[in-house]
Amino acid sequence: MVVILGLLLALVPAVTPTWGQGGGGTMIVTFKDDISTLDPAIGYDWQNWSIIKSISDGLMDYEPATTTLVPHLAESFTVSPDGRTYTFRLRRGVRFHNGREVVAADVKYTLERVLNPKTQSPGAGFFGGITGAKAFSEGKAPDVSGIKVGDKYTVRISLDKANAAFLHTMALNFSHVVPKEAVTKAGADFGHKPVGTGAFMLKEWTLGQRLVLVRNPNYFLRGRPHLDQITFQVGVEPNVAFLRLQRKEVDILGDGIPPADFVKVMGDRALRALVAVGDQLQTGYVTINTQIEPLNDVRVRRALNMAIDKTRIVRIINNRAVPANQVLPPLMPGYDKAYAGYPFDRTQAKKLLAEAGYPSGFRTTLFANNTDPNPRIAQAIQQDLAAIGIKVELKTQAQSTVIEAGGTKGQAPLIWSGGMAWIADYPDPNNFYWPILSCDALTPGTWNWAWYCNREVEKMVSDADAMVQPGQAAARAAKFQEIYRKVMSDAPWIPIFNERRYTMHSARLGGARGIFVDPIHIPVHYDEVRMIGR
Amino acid sequence: MTAYVLRRVAQAGVILLGVSLLTFLLLFALPADPARMIAGRSATLETVGRIRSELGLDRPLAVQYGRYLQRLARGDLGRSYAQKVEVAELLRSRLAATFFLMVGGIFFELLIGLPAGLLAAVRRRSRADRAVMLGAFLGVSAPQFVLGLLLLYLLAYTVPLFPLGGYGTPAHLVLPAVTLGIAGGGWYARMMRSAMLEVIQQDYVRTARAKGAGARRVLTRHALPNALLPVITMIGLDFGTFMGGVVVVESVFGWPGIGQLAWQAIQIVDIPVIMGVVLVSAVAILLGNLMADLAYPLLDPRIRYG
Repeated sequence: MVVILGLLLALVPAVTPTWGQGGGGTMIVTFKDDISTLDPAIGYDWQNWSIIKSISDGLMDYEPATTTLVPHLAESFTVSPDGRTYTFRLRRGVRFHNGREVVAADVKYTLERVLNPKTQSPGAGFFGGITGAKAFSEGKAPDVSGIKVGDKYTVRISLDKANAAFLHTMALNFSHVVPKEAVTKAGADFGHKPVGTGAFMLKEWTLGQRLVLVRNPNYFLRGRPHLDQITFQVGVEPNVAFLRLQRKEVDILGDGIPPADFVKVMGDRALRALVAVGDQLQTGYVTINTQIEPLNDVRVRRALNMAIDKTRIVRIINNRAVPANQVLPPLMPGYDKAYAGYPFDRTQAKKLLAEAGYPSGFRTTLFANNTDPNPRIAQAIQQDLAAIGIKVELKTQAQSTVIEAGGTKGQAPLIWSGGMAWIADYPDPNNFYWPILSCDALTPGTWNWAWYCNREVEKMVSDADAMVQPGQAAARAAKFQEIYRKVMSDAPWIPIFNERRYTMHSARLGGARGIFVDPIHIPVHYDEVRMIGR
Repeated sequence: MTAYVLRRVAQAGVILLGVSLLTFLLLFALPADPARMIAGRSATLETVGRIRSELGLDRPLAVQYGRYLQRLARGDLGRSYAQKVEVAELLRSRLAATFFLMVGGIFFELLIGLPAGLLAAVRRRSRADRAVMLGAFLGVSAPQFVLGLLLLYLLAYTVPLFPLGGYGTPAHLVLPAVTLGIAGGGWYARMMRSAMLEVIQQDYVRTARAKGAGARRVLTRHALPNALLPVITMIGLDFGTFMGGVVVVESVFGWPGIGQLAWQAIQIVDIPVIMGVVLVSAVAILLGNLMADLAYPLLDPRIRYG
């Protein structure tokens, strides 16, 4: 009975939308899986990532629908000439959902909370470069010496070495400012009773069924958010969500258009009009283990790069992607339009194999995630490699098993990266280097599955990361073009494609087209969406 | 009788201990590291290491299991790695949904299975018998995912009789319960038919007929109660399996039951949640069996526990 009543109550605003400032209304988003924690220090999956962004804020943020960094909770900031000290001035009068004003000490508390091992934050590593962070994490210092509270609205953060991506880390959810008193009060349940400064506040959360956010009337950005309420319904099978959207019961398909219906949707004029298309910060690739014979020979790795028919693979996934020829996706600064990449050329590939001493190919193994469409993609790669004489054994396994194999030295010769829930953490080209291609990550248990290490490249990336002044952005992007050309010449990866985003929404939702395929917010930018019809 | 129940409960305790140990060992035999799953791609090794030690995963297996049992004895099932919520709360939030689905599923299984099986037995080798057996075969073999989607498409989307998935009202329960009923009803029909055929050939049934009892009376009063015994066993088993969650039907219909929880937990190696679900289903299966065994003497005075 309580359940029925609750459901009725949840439906009431949907039936009678309030037409206040910005249109109001309740948007309904469906997801198949449960929403896990909403603690900004902990949440780190594609689903809760954007929800958390609507509940809390960082010192920095991105202009909607772009990858352009802008001050957010910070009103302004300055960078020291050596690029190692950042001074942030906070906006005055920003209030947490509990009514208290945000002050500089909250920023220090938030970052120390993330660095505290007790918090178990997956994001702690992003802030390890702050002076004194290591000593604090190891329990050797009572606080992080590099985070200094000036006056009530000033916080100064110093780094061990210059890091051009530092401002991006100040936009990551992990650094979103939370009030100490609310964290203390909720204890381990903070992830289910989140308090932030964001455009929306948590109203109701029924585990396994729905999460309801309601607009924050005191949000510091004028005129945001547009909606009165967002209801996330979880446990909804994508096929069923698709039917419900056509019946106007749902506004956003959180898990996307079901693959089986994709062709139908794109071929139907009325349905096609409900789909926003855009790019995302993603590259799908095959890692080539540079430590396993015969893949340790660069000629063999180049041959592999020439053997794959990427357009065919793109067709397998109904053209939901564009073929890739380099590490970075097109949206990323440093993407190299002029780079031609390896041609699809079997004759040339065979010639390289022969030069390397394998005229009749060899046997190897390709690991892939076992969820559709990844096994089909892996099979296409298998066939392409067979055409140049390489006999590939497929191992399609659960995500966690593939991740484990990739991080184990000498275990996985080739891995198809699809289905590992990979999206860039932030729109900076170094995010594709440090965790997955660097000598720094060349240890068991990391994600450098190619076991690739080129000291010369590493030095170049370090140098590029020291180019922190705003005026150096173009020079830095050019430097990264050079860096990734060198990486491609070593061929630790076969870049396969860059997935495109297809967000299907109800006809009553409006707003700039870009916010439905926002590179930072998936599936949509919740603060920017508005209701334009019933 | 009381002594019998006590003995069974004690046995159940031993079985549960065994189940928990086995699950624990299997989970740790998996080539997957929960700490890394939590930490994600960009975490440094130190971060992963700290998470691992915060979770106690860096200790010897025996110590970890011992601690788990200690907490279990206090009724503490631990916290979910991913959701950071008490496992007990996660289970509690889903038990009601699972229970309703179980009741609905068994209801439709019996509603479909028993009359069909009875009909097939009474009209043995008739066209009706063949039709029932074919239907039972199809019901048992139809993939529940397809069947569920088909029902949704026909009875909720094309003809909007029922809601398009979800949870909350009796109307939401009908389609998922019918899906389970069609699949499970096939088993019940076959079981009912064979049990009935066996009973009908017994001497006491012939005696009853010879006494001049009407066909209907022979069937309902003499034959049916005996033929129902295996059905009771099956309901007991169903209780256990359904309480452990019916993953496919739950996911098609968006039913927030235990199965969904288990499925999601397995994807990300959320050990405390997986352990919790396994223990709950083990308890349910033991309970279902015990209830079936206790029901026998009520239906059949020849059976007695001493």
